[in-house]
Amino acid sequence: MKPLDSKKEYQNYVDKKSPNSPILKNCFNAFWVGGLICTIGQIILNICKSRGLSQDVSGTIVSIILIGISAFLTGLNIFNKIGKFAGAGSLVPITGFANSIVSPAMEYKSEGYVMGVGGKMFTVAGPVLVFGISTSIIVGIIYLIFNTQSITLV
Amino acid sequence: MEKLGKQTIKFNNPPVITSTASIVGPKEANGPLVQYFDQCLEDEFWGEKTWEKSESKIIKETVNMCISKSNIPSSDIEYCFAGDLLNQCISSSFGLRGLNIPFLGIFGACSTFVEGLSLCAIIVEACAQNAICAASSHFCSAEKQFRFPLELGNQRPQTSQWTVTGAGTAILSKTGNGPFITHITSGKIVDMGIKDANNMGAAMAPAALDTLICHFQDTGRSPNYYDAIITGDLGYIGKDILIDLSADKGYNIKSNYNDCGVMIFDREKQDTHAGGSGCGCCATVFSGYFFKQFQEKKLKRLLLIATGALTNSTSSQQGESIPGIAHAISIEL
Amino acid sequence: MDWLQNVDWLQLLKCFVTGGAICVIGQILIDKTKLTPARILVLFVTTGAILGGLGIYQYLVDFAGAGATVPLTGFGYNLAKGAIKGVREFGLIGAFTGGITSAAGGIAAAIFFGYIASLISKPKMKKE
Repeated sequence: MKPLDSKKEYQNYVDKKSPNSPILKNCFNAFWVGGLICTIGQIILNICKSRGLSQDVSGTIVSIILIGISAFLTGLNIFNKIGKFAGAGSLVPITGFANSIVSPAMEYKSEGYVMGVGGKMFTVAGPVLVFGISTSIIVGIIYLIFNTQSITLV
Repeated sequence: MEKLGKQTIKFNNPPVITSTASIVGPKEANGPLVQYFDQCLEDEFWGEKTWEKSESKIIKETVNMCISKSNIPSSDIEYCFAGDLLNQCISSSFGLRGLNIPFLGIFGACSTFVEGLSLCAIIVEACAQNAICAASSHFCSAEKQFRFPLELGNQRPQTSQWTVTGAGTAILSKTGNGPFITHITSGKIVDMGIKDANNMGAAMAPAALDTLICHFQDTGRSPNYYDAIITGDLGYIGKDILIDLSADKGYNIKSNYNDCGVMIFDREKQDTHAGGSGCGCCATVFSGYFFKQFQEKKLKRLLLIATGALTNSTSSQQGESIPGIAHAISIEL
Repeated sequence: MDWLQNVDWLQLLKCFVTGGAICVIGQILIDKTKLTPARILVLFVTTGAILGGLGIYQYLVDFAGAGATVPLTGFGYNLAKGAIKGVREFGLIGAFTGGITSAAGGIAAAIFFGYIASLISKPKMKKE
């Protein structure tokens, strides 16, 4: 079969021609950067708890501080360099969520503060909230149904 | 002019490329071709507030530079063909709104520059004394429109290409010393079903092949007629594919073939993955590097094939594949 | 250096390894599929919310602490946990209020800091 005989054949041929990402290196970087971010979170959590704050409040403080650091680094034009190096290591932790809100806010500033910053802020992170919140509501409703029928799910 | 075969026009009084100009951004200025560009920018904003304004300024200043280099009064330039990548081609129409030359906006994605040259050549042969064509692209405005915000911490796939920041222009005249545009071969849209917007080279290579073979069939020429066969922005992957595919069809182009997207950046040092792309890629490399090669008589026969991916962010989100296009011009001394 | 003796090194190690492992799953998805960052984030948050609702994610949180809560799966877990807590306290209306209530700090912080960053900072060209 020649590559141009069919679309499928061409796709297979292109897949063979295209270089793969250096997955081992990427995974290693993602592992240690992601692990480090979580560990920083754990240290903040421990400090909060040792000051007598509850688990929930401490967890919220961890999120806010990590989001703050991520927003700060994004504003200093540094986060994209970390992201290029670490990939999922900085994307998957809450820092990536913060970056995905801050970066369009900065990018679309040129279209004004209301429709630019305000309107475009959630172009990347919006789906996360839509699907996360919707799933949580479904979880809550399912829990309610099972619970009223005295079947305990959790 | 006369029609040769199916898709080629042969010019009986070949139009002359009298002058070119190119302005590029800082990353291109770090590349191997820096000495050939007319001006290199210190930063991508160039004193403007937005990427879009900056791109408009680049194309405007490039056009002005080209006109003043040619010593032709701008009132004697009768037509302007220009285009870019942004929605509704705002960079060129906003940048050139003060030009006072009849303006015909064109869109051929990254093939815009050669599409413009083809149309210029036709109009010069038909009726005009002088015509100008221009094309521009800007990494930041293209990323913003087609991909992600610049500050997003994502990794670019190995197959992705780097949009060139820059603009190139050329003025064509009825008379002069050359180089001459002798033939144009306008390409058909070819879609081989590639959907990956991060692999434009693979999406456009079949279109380049189609135009290349059509050009050879229509003109009766063979690859070794040309000193160089140059594609616009296939990048490393597309270049590789085109060499393969044309060998399959019985044309060996390996020895004299290269790609502007491969030439403009240093792959190792600049980490552009699969090479450069964008309207500005072919436009700046031709008006910077190749035109000067012609002036120094180092190059006599060039086949320039600019390739374009006719896609946008809506179509790729809707799961459409990427149609490719390629236009060729033969430039000879 | 009194505090050094109070550090629970094993806990930090568990956190590091679990957090890192979750990120590696994300990296494999990036490299092996053509998913965009937004899709990967959605996948993680939804998975976290479902596993949280099934009570499975709780075991991971107990084991790894911030190693499980800081990744976006933890954000999803937090939303689901809040929704369940809301249902317990307020019934049906709690399913709607609970999730966002428990994640409110993070969401509000991201919006606020995003706005502030856009006020004081400008995007810059990626150098490579």
